[in-house]
Amino acid sequence: MPFRQPHLLGIEPLHPQEIATLLDLADTYAERNRKGLPGGDALQGLTQVNMFFEPSTRTQSSFELAGRKLGADVMNMGVAASSVKKGETLIDTALTLNAMRPDLLVVRHPQSGAVDLLSQKVQNCAVLNAGDGRHEHPTQALLDALTIRRAKGRLHRLSIAICGDIAHSRVARSNILLLHKMENRIRLVAPPTLMPPGIDAFGCEVFHDMEEGLKGVDVVMMLRLQKERMDGGFVPSEREYFHRYGLDAEKLAHAAPDAIVMHPGPMNRGVEIDGTLADDINRSVIQTQVEMGVAVRMAAMDLLAQNLRAARGRAALGEA
Amino acid sequence: MTTLIHNAVLIDPEAGTESPGALVLRDGVLADVLPAAPEALDRFAEVIDAQGRHLAPGLVDWGVKVSEPGERHKESFRTAGLAAAAGGVTTIVTRPDTHPAIDTPEILEFVARRASQDSPVRVLPMAALTKGREGREMTEIGFLQDAGAVAFTDADRVTEDTRVLARALTYARSLQALVVTHVQDPGLSRGAVMTSGKFASLRGLPAVSPMAERLGLQRDLSLVEMTCARFHADQVTTAAALPALAQAKDRGLDVTAGVSVHHLTLNDFDVGDYRTFFKLVPPLRQEEDREAAVEALASGLIDVLCSQHTPQDEESKRLPFEAAAAGAVGLETLLPASLRLVHGGRLSLPQLFRALSLNPSRRLGLPTGRLAKGAPADLVLFDLHAPFVLDRWTMQSKSKNTPFDGARLQGRVRGTWVAGRRVWPLPKDL
Repeated sequence: MPFRQPHLLGIEPLHPQEIATLLDLADTYAERNRKGLPGGDALQGLTQVNMFFEPSTRTQSSFELAGRKLGADVMNMGVAASSVKKGETLIDTALTLNAMRPDLLVVRHPQSGAVDLLSQKVQNCAVLNAGDGRHEHPTQALLDALTIRRAKGRLHRLSIAICGDIAHSRVARSNILLLHKMENRIRLVAPPTLMPPGIDAFGCEVFHDMEEGLKGVDVVMMLRLQKERMDGGFVPSEREYFHRYGLDAEKLAHAAPDAIVMHPGPMNRGVEIDGTLADDINRSVIQTQVEMGVAVRMAAMDLLAQNLRAARGRAALGEA
Repeated sequence: MTTLIHNAVLIDPEAGTESPGALVLRDGVLADVLPAAPEALDRFAEVIDAQGRHLAPGLVDWGVKVSEPGERHKESFRTAGLAAAAGGVTTIVTRPDTHPAIDTPEILEFVARRASQDSPVRVLPMAALTKGREGREMTEIGFLQDAGAVAFTDADRVTEDTRVLARALTYARSLQALVVTHVQDPGLSRGAVMTSGKFASLRGLPAVSPMAERLGLQRDLSLVEMTCARFHADQVTTAAALPALAQAKDRGLDVTAGVSVHHLTLNDFDVGDYRTFFKLVPPLRQEEDREAAVEALASGLIDVLCSQHTPQDEESKRLPFEAAAAGAVGLETLLPASLRLVHGGRLSLPQLFRALSLNPSRRLGLPTGRLAKGAPADLVLFDLHAPFVLDRWTMQSKSKNTPFDGARLQGRVRGTWVAGRRVWPLPKDL
């Protein structure tokens, strides 16, 4: 099934077959990247604008690298520093962008739904959500899926534990949606204060105890706990959190013997994950996740560019 | 001048009846209520054939924000008055959450003067309960009452300091003043823009448990029991809060409650893909809560149905959901939207007009809301079945932020009278 979306705003609107199509293409890009082959010219002649309304190093550089590998002209707009501080609204920004005629627009924004809003206001351009508030972070979920598929040989009928600050995590939401679409069993492990309300309706198993939650799972996905949420607000302290919910060898022993450990980064070593474990190449696939990030973003932009070019072709025919 | 409106179906919320009849309007009051038109029609200066449509006491919309003073670009007394007339609302009871807040007799007099000059319908102002609505010191309740304030409220701001609220309630009681509060726990609801549940979690929006409303209501009711003040909760919208309200009423406290039409006809799923016109205070609830609130209105546990008319300009709504302004305009949609409950078989017409006209009038000590001889001739004539698709750009309100844009509604206002004078459709001299 072809990938039909004009934008990549979230996992929610995607069909499982579209996800598979995207991952297949990402797989070939991953192989090419590994062999040191050039990425190709899928984005030749197209302009990619990265707008990060929230600071990011990893995601932004990953998108930038992916665009360059496919021949796009990449521009980073430093929005956090400039016009937004002068009171420009998101809609003004969209109008400014329309005048610049970008082809691909990569957006991260601290508020849920902001990327959707922007996508409604920009014209003739494919929008990629690089994370909006607590809502979605689709390329992260896709790169996680690709990492799992490569490590486990499949992306269905796996038992996957997502652990940590689920309430505030867009990564968790996108992963839950994606892994559900691909028919996996999902276990959520977190203290109740970091569990979103109404989570029982998501069809996940909910645990408040790590050892129970990790029992027999194939994949352990850790989430980052932000510093400002640690001091008495949501959990009593850093050390109590690490003691009860931090991943170490002892807790991991409850998972399947070949279970892999994932983390979207950046890690707080000694808070949600033990440093030694994170570096253990037999268990941790954290470096692979970063590598797959570039491949997945290449695939996403390639497919969206194909759809964009096709739409423009149809529009040109309609005009003629 | 004497006017006869005949061939109508009269809705009498007081008697709970809906029957064919005619009304005689003279000197601003209902001179007569008749079962049928009299023989000699030529003794009336004006004879209006209602063509079998419904005639009811005009709506009293309690909790309308007119953005004067401060934000006249959002709504003025002129536009709010026209919107009210178009919606069959004959009295608007305004909120004091303007800039500056209506917290001194001087500002109140300004508002009253502006309203009397510009509005075709009656305007009764509420005043702030605390200075600047800041929850620290009570306003001059006595002076404000003398200047015409019908009730005292800090609108959607909760007075966090219970001692301040307790003293204001105690003082208000000595003047028989009515205090209206927004029932919500300030801590739990801080930063929340949705009701917690599956949908809010899926959309990644900060949300508040419906229990926060019960907490707020229970706190305020405890203070009412302590002070014996006259009290009205602006909006009770959750199933969890209703037993607390019922209990207070059973114990004989002088307590009433309202609900907005939005909370009776929409739920949190309507927010869809971050549609900011559905961002309200309190946030839209889940379907079970909506059902419970409809039930409570039908049983009379919730007394008043209102629009919580809150004009917002396009700019303040065209933002990401969390950053967007809250509130919806409602004067023109209050009647057609609440008729959904009648068409859906949940309420009878007399029940509906009890909540829209009679109860708010009674609670505020107004003579309106009735179809009785001698009552003010404030009337709405409407076509119960006329269907239409709402186009927000055709509305009279200066702000067009309605959640019912593009909605299919049934029931159109054909005429509105205030004190016997026709204010809708607009006569040329208004």
